[in-house]
Amino acid sequence: MSATAPNSTRVVILPKGADPAAHARQSRRASRILIWVFLAPTLIGLGLFNFVPILGSLLLAFFRWDVIEKPEFVGLDNFAELAMDPTVRISFLNTIGFVVVAVCLQLAVALFLAVLVQSVMPNWLRTLFRSALFFPLVLSAASVSLIMAYLFNQEFGLVNEMLGWFGVAKIGWLTTGFGAKIVVLLVYVWQNFGFTFLIFLGGVSAIPREVYEASSLDGATGWRQFRMITLPLVSPTTLVASVMAIINALQIFDQPFVLTRGGPGDSTRTAVMVIYESAFQNLEFGLASAIGIVLTVLIILVTLVQFQLSKRFVFYG
Amino acid sequence: MSITTAEPRSSRLRPAAVGKFAVLGIAAFFTLAPVLWTLYTALTPADIDTQQRSFGFAAFADVFTQIPVWLYTWNSALVTLLIAVGQMLSSAMAGYVFARFEFRGKKWLFALILATMMVPMQVTIVPVFMLIRGMGLADTLLALIVPMIPTAFGTFLMRQYFMGLPDELAEAAEIDGAGPWRVFFSVYLPLAGPSLAIVGILAFNFHWNEFFRPLILTISEQNFTLPLGLVTLQGNLGTGSVATVLAGVVLSMIPAVLVFVFGQKPLREGLAAGIGK
Repeated sequence: MSATAPNSTRVVILPKGADPAAHARQSRRASRILIWVFLAPTLIGLGLFNFVPILGSLLLAFFRWDVIEKPEFVGLDNFAELAMDPTVRISFLNTIGFVVVAVCLQLAVALFLAVLVQSVMPNWLRTLFRSALFFPLVLSAASVSLIMAYLFNQEFGLVNEMLGWFGVAKIGWLTTGFGAKIVVLLVYVWQNFGFTFLIFLGGVSAIPREVYEASSLDGATGWRQFRMITLPLVSPTTLVASVMAIINALQIFDQPFVLTRGGPGDSTRTAVMVIYESAFQNLEFGLASAIGIVLTVLIILVTLVQFQLSKRFVFYG
Repeated sequence: MSITTAEPRSSRLRPAAVGKFAVLGIAAFFTLAPVLWTLYTALTPADIDTQQRSFGFAAFADVFTQIPVWLYTWNSALVTLLIAVGQMLSSAMAGYVFARFEFRGKKWLFALILATMMVPMQVTIVPVFMLIRGMGLADTLLALIVPMIPTAFGTFLMRQYFMGLPDELAEAAEIDGAGPWRVFFSVYLPLAGPSLAIVGILAFNFHWNEFFRPLILTISEQNFTLPLGLVTLQGNLGTGSVATVLAGVVLSMIPAVLVFVFGQKPLREGLAAGIGK
């Protein structure tokens, strides 16, 4: 790329008395070409593989289609069906409950650890902690879930064995509804808090140390410094981090799919799992699209609400 | 957080430091322990008859006999690298335009691009599958690569990064007579290394670990990626051993760990520069 493109322009050194207006015009035209050439891959790509499929899904939601037969227009039937379907309802409730708990936990843990890691300590130690804490992020959710399924196994899992040392009876982590919910939550947060942690590291380290030193002179310590300095100064970071965390969490699929397949019963079934099952197991592509649209609307609403709230609560110092 | 609250002044630092390191130590233990346990279990397979565990690479050898590891690794590497390079190029160009040029409809276009991040991939997978079939790419590795070259998040990240670079760089180059193309390729792009690294590393990490799309978009085994292959291994769980599955997991982790070791710095710094400000 960089080998060919510079040839298209030559370094123009303006001779004395040259027409600067003509040069500016020429440069403006070159800029216009550059704008659209540079945007083309992204715009064409996103258009073809995101917008067209989104419109396709929107359309499909009003049809009954099983791939084999011709699509049949059914109006709002799919939406009516999903509103009546108890499995769909429970999976959305599961997802919302999961998102609330997981995101709060993720933000709290990540901010807390980011503040600790950025506090005064030898550099090698900081590097060590930082590395350890965001390590799970580089693993695949499927692999992690596979590992955790063994660890939380009721009979031979390490977790129950260790709890046994303290006299706790074997817990059916993945065989009871509540246990399975807890495991999915823990496995998800375990793997994903690292991303939020990284974002917060940037935010916390951007706060000038002098601010803390000045406040120390004024007698502010620990919690008060966190409350009065750290929290307001990382609030823009918190907004970005929470928007991303919520959008990601709403799409949870891999962990419950590998750990529990949505069970026991429907206790860990999530919105995306129901989309997957409707489409690729029951071949109800119209219904799957309708569920997908509801989920997407939910994601958009959450994001809008958050940006509205941020106008009131985020401090852009 | 109540590290230094009510302690008398003289003894304030010590318990605070101890508490801090204890908390961080416990957190680090919890993030690393499951991985170390996986490694340990994979390296100490149990004998089928005696259930005696002994150290060795037998479980890893089992993985190679049960699935074509090299083929899956090659597929994964090809898909992942091409996506990473493609995303770095496309996002650098688009991000640069959004950061440094004014044109009609810019805000709109940028909002639309960001909006695509809000639609889950699982929602659009059926139309994407149909599109890919229409393009004659069904059941090829290109089906996994091409749709992922454009990146809304990468564009956002690169835009943030380029916005943070001073205008004076362009002004100085323009006074020297450089046109807009040259300003990009000789001035701004060489400065974008940290941010490009994060786009590339995030892409590598995400697509190396990706499961959902390959599951749907590839059909024949010769196009499987490593995570799909691992599931084949998991299918043998009834007859095979925990150690074999976990050995497969360990093998698939190696590139991710390498990225982690060598790419950690650009990843962190890129994130800090891009969005964590």
